[in-house]
Amino acid sequence: MHWNSVGEFFAMGGRAFYVWGSFGACALLMAVEPILAQRRARAVRDTLRREKLADELDRTLDRSPG
Amino acid sequence: MNPSTRTPTAHPLSRWLFHYASPPVFYPLAGRLMPWFWALAALFGVAGLYVSFFVAPTDAVQGEAYRIIFVHVPASWMSMFIYLVMAFWAAVGLVFNTRLSGMMAQALAPTGALMAVLSLWTGSLWGKPMWGTWWVWDARLTSELILAFLYIGFIALQASIDDARRADKAGAILALVGVVNVPVIYFSVKWWNTLHQGASVSMTKSPSMAQTMLWGMLLMALCFWMYAIAVALTRVRAIILEREAATDWVKHALE
Amino acid sequence: MNAVWAMARRDLLLALRRQSEVLTALFFFVIVCSLFPLGIGPEPALLRKIAPGVLWVAALLATLLGLPRLFAADHQDGTLEQMALSPSSLGLLVAGKVLAHWLVSGLPLVLLAPVLGIQFDLAPDALLVLVIALLLGTPLLSLIGAIGAALTLGVRGGGVLLALLVLPLYVPALIFGAGAVEAHIAGMAYAGHLSLLGAMLAVAVFFAPWATTAALRIALES
Repeated sequence: MHWNSVGEFFAMGGRAFYVWGSFGACALLMAVEPILAQRRARAVRDTLRREKLADELDRTLDRSPG
Repeated sequence: MNPSTRTPTAHPLSRWLFHYASPPVFYPLAGRLMPWFWALAALFGVAGLYVSFFVAPTDAVQGEAYRIIFVHVPASWMSMFIYLVMAFWAAVGLVFNTRLSGMMAQALAPTGALMAVLSLWTGSLWGKPMWGTWWVWDARLTSELILAFLYIGFIALQASIDDARRADKAGAILALVGVVNVPVIYFSVKWWNTLHQGASVSMTKSPSMAQTMLWGMLLMALCFWMYAIAVALTRVRAIILEREAATDWVKHALE
Repeated sequence: MNAVWAMARRDLLLALRRQSEVLTALFFFVIVCSLFPLGIGPEPALLRKIAPGVLWVAALLATLLGLPRLFAADHQDGTLEQMALSPSSLGLLVAGKVLAHWLVSGLPLVLLAPVLGIQFDLAPDALLVLVIALLLGTPLLSLIGAIGAALTLGVRGGGVLLALLVLPLYVPALIFGAGAVEAHIAGMAYAGHLSLLGAMLAVAVFFAPWATTAALRIALES
């Protein structure tokens, strides 16, 4: 542990822009990517559920006499 | 043709492999495994970041900016590793005609491309304080750039082919041709770099690594690896549902 | 081997009937080479420096232009399927097509390059190295390009996608091909570069038709 203060930690010896720009970009992209993947999975599930409901509705309508 | 019915008297290992190569079996398995990989990623990430910022000493020559290696190197390693794994699954899919292998390759590509982009981005941010320019035509960065193009080509090819099976197989051939060419490309770029710049600028030739620096890179690399697996599993589940939408097991799985 | 020559002859005859396509690629090569001095300035020392790279990049791009043609016409009229079903190995037929493609698209570049090299004030011995390098390199470009052409057969995005796939794979040829000429100009040994180019060509002659055939079969079965 060699940071004398929180300020020093964030300053990174004057290289804050580069260091936090790097770690920040990684954190950002590695947060966004799983969110996008999760959204894709959810979108597929929702679409398929809706189609399934539509199918079942069609079938009940076909079965009923009127 | 269901692979698990093809070889009823096969070796138990191959029967086990084919069992899990079936999408309806793999889908729930992936779902159960995902949280574990996220947990491991978080664990290694915390440990790695701690070492990166609080254990690894300030570098005598490069000051604090060198800490970028703790994300740059893991991203580079992962971008290469994922390409190998992607090519491996693509080859398996070609040889054994298993659908899941192709889906896995397709799931890995965006993550690999992300790693390549992060490697280039962090490499650029590392180069600026070190050598004063935003881009350095160093052998590793240039090879990384070409690797990024290889990923983009793979993704673009698969995106432009509508038939999923054809996309899998075409992508597989491209990935295999790519994987064979990567060492050739790396060698030629390395050679090109030494010829044109002498040995003055090199990101690989860091001052002798303190033990702690290696630990930091290793832990962060493990973090990125667990992350990559977790994201790939998430994505492959989406791909499985998309492709197997018409099957009965999907209809039941949604209940 | 007869299959290779027969296929090559057929494609050459077809190319002769469609000369304009071939000539367009050649003019493209000339124009692209002329663009660089226009963009950078006419200073002979500078042009001599960039000449190997410029000529090689222009050759790459000109080769790319001709690649979609390699299988497209045969695919459209069903000849490609006949080729796949024929008793001759598809790999040999592919080799024949690539040979014809090189004779029609690559060899002219090799012959034209010294003329363009003069525009860049390259010395005669440098021009000779350039010609040898392109002689080894252009068949390599055709062979690797054939894989890309087969993979993108009938696919949306066509020529541009093909370029995206194939250009990264062209990098080693570019580095050693241009490098040979640059080494010679700098007074250093260039035999190594040419040997490496030759080695890559030898390997590609065996593996590229194989990969191309696999890609063609995939394109044909859908």
